[in-house]
Amino acid sequence: MASVADDPRIIEFDVRTDEMLVNMGPQHPSTHGVLRLVLRTDGEIVSEIEPHIGYLHRCAEKIGENLTHRQFIPYTDRMDYLAAMNMNLGWALAVEKLMKYEVSEKARHLRVLICELGRIASHLVGMGAYGLDLGTFSPFLYAFREREKILDLFEEACGARLTYSYITVGGLTADLPPGWLAKCEKFLDQFEPIIKEYHALLTTNAIFVKRTAAIGVLSREMAIDYGCSGPVLRGSGVDQDMRRDGEAIYTAMYDGYAFEVAVMKDGHYPRDHEYPPVPADAVLGDCWHRFFVRMLEVVQSMDLVRQSIDRYASAKGTIGEPLKLTEKMPAGDAYLETEAPKGQMGFYVVSDGAAIPWRARARSSSFSNLSVAPELCKGCLIADVPAIVGSLDIVMGEIDR
Amino acid sequence: MRGPAFLEQLEAALPGAVTGTKLDALDPWVEVAPERIAEVCGWLKHKSPVRFDAIECITAIDWFEPDPKKAAKVAWQPHLEMVYHLWSTGSRVSLVLKCSLPRWKGDVPGQIPEIPSVTGVWRSADWHEREVYDLSGVLFTGHPDLRRILCPEDWEGHPLRKDYEMPLEYHGIRGR
Repeated sequence: MASVADDPRIIEFDVRTDEMLVNMGPQHPSTHGVLRLVLRTDGEIVSEIEPHIGYLHRCAEKIGENLTHRQFIPYTDRMDYLAAMNMNLGWALAVEKLMKYEVSEKARHLRVLICELGRIASHLVGMGAYGLDLGTFSPFLYAFREREKILDLFEEACGARLTYSYITVGGLTADLPPGWLAKCEKFLDQFEPIIKEYHALLTTNAIFVKRTAAIGVLSREMAIDYGCSGPVLRGSGVDQDMRRDGEAIYTAMYDGYAFEVAVMKDGHYPRDHEYPPVPADAVLGDCWHRFFVRMLEVVQSMDLVRQSIDRYASAKGTIGEPLKLTEKMPAGDAYLETEAPKGQMGFYVVSDGAAIPWRARARSSSFSNLSVAPELCKGCLIADVPAIVGSLDIVMGEIDR
Repeated sequence: MRGPAFLEQLEAALPGAVTGTKLDALDPWVEVAPERIAEVCGWLKHKSPVRFDAIECITAIDWFEPDPKKAAKVAWQPHLEMVYHLWSTGSRVSLVLKCSLPRWKGDVPGQIPEIPSVTGVWRSADWHEREVYDLSGVLFTGHPDLRRILCPEDWEGHPLRKDYEMPLEYHGIRGR
């Protein structure tokens, strides 16, 4: 990262003052939940930050050792509560991997549909909240307006607006109600032009670019070393997406779907003629790129939803029945990572042959993504701390579990 | 990739480090002698033909049955199992390492077992090992900053141990 001393905007760099410890959080609005950061500052310059986590710790893994595999689904909702569908899927697939169970084709396409809608909803919150972090309120309202419509669709499908428990081990709890697909298509049609608004509000906004371009640059090597994943990893130019590179049971879900991983290759993003150009100041791996990858994924998910609607509608048969609550799992262990909106969410199920897992482990993407924050914030300005932490798009429910 | 040829190379580079394998499991795994885990991980990251440049997950599993009636029926001896999920971003393959540790160091209850830390190999191991220390009670020797991460600093016990009992009271808050 470019040193603050080289920054022409900072005139009084050589003025040394006393070091001060500044406490930020756990109720600070720009920490995305109950995250506490301790900042060691010298004037405006941050020399060190230390995240303190665990305020939301419920030991969900211990709870998982006392419930059957399907009963644990509602607890996965409460991990990444902004993308609960994707959390449900992660756990369901991990158990299905252990049980060598395959869901019906119709259920498979419905899962893609729901999860990609969930990804749009999650990225909308990420985008809106990131605007808040940087001091602009309107994008938040624009994002939540559209997210509400997705939540309405989810509510109609499963009855809940936040903690769905819709995808479950062995399939889904219910099929879609009649007329749902038409509503979903209507939503997509009206949502598509709105993405331009988002680009006008944030992506190309001069102030936004100034606040994010070349700030918090995460190198490719560092991103891999810290176990970053999802948009944080792809924003650093690592071409990895579990939907394409993951294990067979997960990639089979996306079999036949056409999508291009949102990552910069040879200086270009996929289909970048349709999007605003990368600002001249932006450096690969900075806050702007992490944000932009999310924006690209919104469009990518929209494409995937469109594809899955057709496939779901033309698939024969039913979505099948979910497994019984007490269906026994074979002895053994299975680890599966899925591409949740915030990164690779891994679930590890260990069974001794009962319906209750011996050990249920959740590998959280935000946990690893946040662990890189101290490295990114070394030598930045105080005002850049929310910009950097916000660009990681963390959710505390998932970190603290 | 994860087949016998790869294991032979590992065995040739670090003789005696591999103590067992199970290649027909859902996630094929290699069992490593706990005291050599950091060495094996270093080899896998820097010298192996497939460079495992990322560690996704570090976990401990407590194999202990608190109920004496059920404990008489189980096939295993009580122990703590460390599981490392490695990932290669270049080759897009994963690898699972397992280590077997005693539940308590020297069989003295309360003395948590030790294993070398792999933070020197992957930076992401830092927080993961702190979490395992906090929740499962494993001491990582050579870890730069081994503190509790999710539980409060003055919390007692390690919640993911099977014989853990929730405290009756914590700073005036009723526990159970």
